[in-house]
Amino acid sequence: MTSDRITLAHGGGSAEMQRLIQEMFLPTFDNSQLATMEDQARLNWQLQPGERLAFSTDTFVVSPLTFPGGDIATLAVNGTVNDVAMSGAVPKVLSCAMVIEEGLLQSQLQTLCQSMARAASAAGVQIVTGDTKVVPKGQADQLYINTSGLGVIASGVDLGTHRIAEGDHVLVSGPIGEHGATIISCREDLSLDADIASDCQPLHQLVCAMLAAIPGVKSLRDATRGGVAAVLHEFATASRLSILLSEQDIPVSAPVNAMCELLGFNPLHLACEGRLIAVVSAQHSEDCLAAMRNHPAGDQAAMIGRVITSAPSPVIIESSLGVKRALAPADGELLPRIC
Amino acid sequence: MKFVDEYRDSEVIKQLLGAIKHQLDDIPPRCRPWQIMEVCGGHTRAIYRFGLDKLLPKEIEFIHGPGCPVCVLPIQVIDQAFALALKPDVILCSYGDVMRVPGSSGSLIQAREQGADVRIVYSPRDALAVALNNPERQVVFLAIGFETTIPATAATLLAADKRQVSNFHLLVHHVCIEPPLLALLEEKDTAIDAFIAPGHVSTITGALPYLSVAATYHKPVVISGFEPADILQSTLMLLRQLQRGKAEVENQYTRAVQVFGNRAAQTTIDRVFELAETTEWRGLGKLRHSGYQLVKAYQRFDATRLISTPDQEETVDHTPCHCADVLCGKLTPDECPLFGRACKPTHPAGALMVSEEGACAAHWQYRQQEVEL
Repeated sequence: MTSDRITLAHGGGSAEMQRLIQEMFLPTFDNSQLATMEDQARLNWQLQPGERLAFSTDTFVVSPLTFPGGDIATLAVNGTVNDVAMSGAVPKVLSCAMVIEEGLLQSQLQTLCQSMARAASAAGVQIVTGDTKVVPKGQADQLYINTSGLGVIASGVDLGTHRIAEGDHVLVSGPIGEHGATIISCREDLSLDADIASDCQPLHQLVCAMLAAIPGVKSLRDATRGGVAAVLHEFATASRLSILLSEQDIPVSAPVNAMCELLGFNPLHLACEGRLIAVVSAQHSEDCLAAMRNHPAGDQAAMIGRVITSAPSPVIIESSLGVKRALAPADGELLPRIC
Repeated sequence: MKFVDEYRDSEVIKQLLGAIKHQLDDIPPRCRPWQIMEVCGGHTRAIYRFGLDKLLPKEIEFIHGPGCPVCVLPIQVIDQAFALALKPDVILCSYGDVMRVPGSSGSLIQAREQGADVRIVYSPRDALAVALNNPERQVVFLAIGFETTIPATAATLLAADKRQVSNFHLLVHHVCIEPPLLALLEEKDTAIDAFIAPGHVSTITGALPYLSVAATYHKPVVISGFEPADILQSTLMLLRQLQRGKAEVENQYTRAVQVFGNRAAQTTIDRVFELAETTEWRGLGKLRHSGYQLVKAYQRFDATRLISTPDQEETVDHTPCHCADVLCGKLTPDECPLFGRACKPTHPAGALMVSEEGACAAHWQYRQQEVEL
């Protein structure tokens, strides 16, 4: 390649763009769909009766691009894989569109593409179609990635907030807030030296294990922006019920807890990228928890609350002292406190 | 977590609650509750977060005091910071929870939306690092806070001076804890019976700022830590003083606070700062000898020198809110007509709604819908 940085020419349909595709994207994402060099992937899937497709899209903007436990590329794969998987689907294919800021090092892009290919391979999905745009310096922050994903929902699987009922149990697949805490600790102007890594990981195999173990999984959602609190508010609002959490049962790692105490954050408001919240029927809750703990992505799963009749607050948290209070969703940008 | 979990232990809490109830039995009943002002926003937050007011008998009422540095920040300081931030060559560094405080032109978040380079830092040292990494830009640190944060500002200035950093500036609004307490006690309808004094401020100052609260105004004071067991133990210590008719300054937070404070930190403050004649407080107005200014030798670090017309007419605070009444304990947060309507954490009308340590934001965060199950 002639330049070691991405230039506007790489997005302009020129010979440079063709070189980028031929020398970087095709060999890295290596699959037969991409190799045809058509403008679309052609999927000759034969769905069995009762099977459905799940389709989701997400756009990833994160600074810094690389952080302990992952990078924007692994986020872009796992984020969409997880969105598809929360329907109970097995994710199959992804699209990948990149918006690149002029000046990004080609070597950095190459590293991120390799990371993306590894994440896709680990999640068992193929990147079958894509797009590249380059914008002038200052009009984007290094690199944005959009991925869309398609997966197949097996016959008989029907997950959703419409199935949530009073008495159901609420489970979380592991310690919360680790991705959000990691990104905060990486911010250049907050010189925090924390021993935290992002929880970024695919969750579809954990979902498969849960669905195989018990019939009572009712609704799943991965806790990303807005953290566990946002998901619980979505569950409560959609089902017109309330959720009562037990504060002492919520798994939070010691470093995340320490950072939250220091900066005045609530771990329930911090983003996760590899944790799901499950609403399951009370009678199957123990078995579901056992199945989750048998899987590496859920080995620290915990029951954190239950669905109750509609209360004045959608989400209520009970402390170990027995005091119940409303859990508000996060308000806008998380701002660290002064002292 | 060490130094946290043991102070949240439910058995310890239950024992303290039992002791408080027992202590109340020994005090003759009266028609109104005992009003205890927790001065510091950190205490306010802990009281709401752990529901301590709900756990305590109704004979005890917490009044949320003026010790949240963000909440007492006057609009003029935000306006100066806003003006500085919008200068093209300036990087403005600020503590995170100042970002949403509304000024007359907008908040620092709004300045950032307009293109200003505003960065959140956790310490003035981080702001100095920004200055060293950006020698072509003027870096302004919005230096606010009580005695807790003043030594860090002073030490950073001394470091900048030693390294002859010429692009590092301070917009100073550092304030002292004692004057607002005395101002509150001078109000004629003040009904506060006792004070829980701030723990972190006291690590620097020691017990000195509270001596006249006890001696002149005959109000018991206990310097307290921030965990539930700390606050309940402090409440118990105050009740014991009230029962015996005493008014002393006691120290519950012995694991962090020494009675004479941190002498090294005090010396560092005195090298860099001196008391200003008067300082403006949101909700309390101008108070004499209540805030700090740079001593003459370091005035070249004063960021107001970067503003072309520093002597412009002072902005008047037209905020249509009742922050002052809440700060003085005359209104509870939800008695303010704007609470939860025109004033929410996402778009605060007054400063008490900005920081989670502000009485209104804490009330919103934990109580906007009372939980009755």
